[in-house]
Amino acid sequence: MKLVFDRPRALADVQTHYCPGCTHGIIHRLVAEAIDELDIAERTVGVAPVGCAVLAYNYFNLDFQEAAHGRAPAVATGIKRALPENVVFTYQGDGDLASIGTAEIVHAANRGEAITVVYVNNAIYGMTGGQMAPTTLPDQKTSTSPYGRDVSSAGYPIRMAEMLSTLVAPQYIARVAVNSPANIQRAKRAIKKAFEIQVKNKGFALVEVLSTCPTNWGLSPEKALRWLEDNMIPYYPLGDFKVPKEVE
Amino acid sequence: MSEKLLMKGNEALGEAALQAGCQLYFAYPITPQSELPEYLSRRMPELGRVFLQAESEIAAINMVYGAAGAGARVMTSSSSPGISLKQEGLSYIAAAQLPCVIVNMSRGGPGLGSIQPAQSDYLQATKGGGHGDYHLIVLAPASAQEIVDLTILAFDLADQYRTPVMIMGDGLLGQMMEPVLFPDRTNVELPEKPWATTGRKGDRPKNIIHSLELQSERLEAHNQKLQEKYADIAATQKRSDEYLTEDADVVLVAFGTVARICRSAIDMAREKGIKAGLFRPISLWPFPDEALARLAEKERVFLSVEMNCGQMVDDIKLAVDCRRPVHFFGRVGGIVPSPEEVLAEIEKIMAGRCDA
Ligand SMILES: Cc1ncc(C[n+]2csc(CCOP(=O)(O)OP(=O)(O)O)c2C)c(N)n1
Ligand code: SF4
Repeated sequence: MKLVFDRPRALADVQTHYCPGCTHGIIHRLVAEAIDELDIAERTVGVAPVGCAVLAYNYFNLDFQEAAHGRAPAVATGIKRALPENVVFTYQGDGDLASIGTAEIVHAANRGEAITVVYVNNAIYGMTGGQMAPTTLPDQKTSTSPYGRDVSSAGYPIRMAEMLSTLVAPQYIARVAVNSPANIQRAKRAIKKAFEIQVKNKGFALVEVLSTCPTNWGLSPEKALRWLEDNMIPYYPLGDFKVPKEVE
Repeated sequence: MSEKLLMKGNEALGEAALQAGCQLYFAYPITPQSELPEYLSRRMPELGRVFLQAESEIAAINMVYGAAGAGARVMTSSSSPGISLKQEGLSYIAAAQLPCVIVNMSRGGPGLGSIQPAQSDYLQATKGGGHGDYHLIVLAPASAQEIVDLTILAFDLADQYRTPVMIMGDGLLGQMMEPVLFPDRTNVELPEKPWATTGRKGDRPKNIIHSLELQSERLEAHNQKLQEKYADIAATQKRSDEYLTEDADVVLVAFGTVARICRSAIDMAREKGIKAGLFRPISLWPFPDEALARLAEKERVFLSVEMNCGQMVDDIKLAVDCRRPVHFFGRVGGIVPSPEEVLAEIEKIMAGRCDA
């Protein structure tokens, strides 16, 4: 019998704490597959965020640093500058990257730091119990926007991929979603490309991944996937925003 | 380098860091320490090392976290308002037990304050600063030469104890030019760091740099481990200097720039027949309390002279166990006390003592 599906080597054989149906797990797997396929595990250092993925260091078979909330791109900069031959990536939520850590991500991108950023946008603060995020959709109800996000007071959801793609230095910026098998395949290709660009020493790469939070959205895992498709994708269009010429 | 060089304190610090093997330096500009990043921005590329001007002090200290966790000797510098921004990072660095050096060329506060010299970050530096139970080793040089010596020591102590070490100076020390001699460091070997995140090769278990411990018992155990380390540091790393304390009736206690002024004031007092002396803490944490306690065995008074509103007084009182009077004289706002002012204070105390 031929083994056709197994755990990627870069993924640890442990149980995660993610809620049932949460797509953080899928994204972990895609990152691990990319690392396996590029055979870079022995020189990869991950940086975990503060957010639901704070324990990511337990789920990957990789050296890891855990950063303060939002500071992962600065921590990754320090690692990469100290060990330029290594592959360094951050894994960050939308509160982490698009709110408290906006300065760090903008400037890491603007310097063209040769790091890979996996940015998980689930339109909410998962870990702290479902508060409004900078990415929360207009009128979306959360525990701190009980009447729905009022854009006249809270502003509009931030499209980080678009914003960062206005910068000159970043090499690759894309948005993908993990709501369907086809989209998961595309997400996989994008994440792998984001690592490949670093391996080829080309500079900064970021993949924004639209992800679900069934628990704090108050939806079943299945309905959450549909909610993502019906509400998030129209506001956060999928696709490549910046592609290096050579990689095209 | 075997001959004496005339250098500004800030530049001497930069060169000493390079001699100590500092591979990376991250900082954000702020007066009065900008000579340091300016110097290193020239020197580090020459040596193939990393100079990076960060987008903020918050980013700089987190870059330090990353590089220290990757096993490199690394430094950041700033002045008071910027050091406040680094406190979050310092707490994480102390918790994750990462060796690094932080320089504070402190200036007048609170708030934006001024760019003139001050010592008003004493409490922030010695009592924590960020959240949680932790300490920095804090070293306070009083001359350009001591800046060199203590900077090299700071890197060694940081590695030895896996702990952040702060060099606490002030604008005056940083900008004053003095002759310095650099020790020969050609055969110095830096320690191995098997815990660093350099990529998990072969069978080595993965290395994780973190401070999260969700289980209370484990976090308590981690805290106890940190406290044991701090106790070890306190037992072996207290440093101080004394000047004419032997027969002194009044012992001035001062660190950094102010200690130099106090020496002048003491010489003036001695000329007037007043037996004054100086106790100079070199390590602000751990505070050299035992050496100070020995001085308190004799009948004498103490006078703390600081460029703040008396932040060190409690430490002195604790050290002398309230057996002797502890007076205070300070100037703030960036005003450096003059030897004459300090002398007047000494005379006032001695007169009061005779009256009593
Ligand atoms: C300085 C600081 N502020 C606030 C928090 C509390 N906090 C923890 S996680 C989090 C938000 C996480 O949301 P997100 O980044 O979207 O990740 P998710 O949990 O949704 O994956 C917040 C605010 C913290 N740990 N540190
Ligand atoms: S709270 Fe939301 S984001 Fe966090 S693990 Fe649960 S479902 Fe996933």
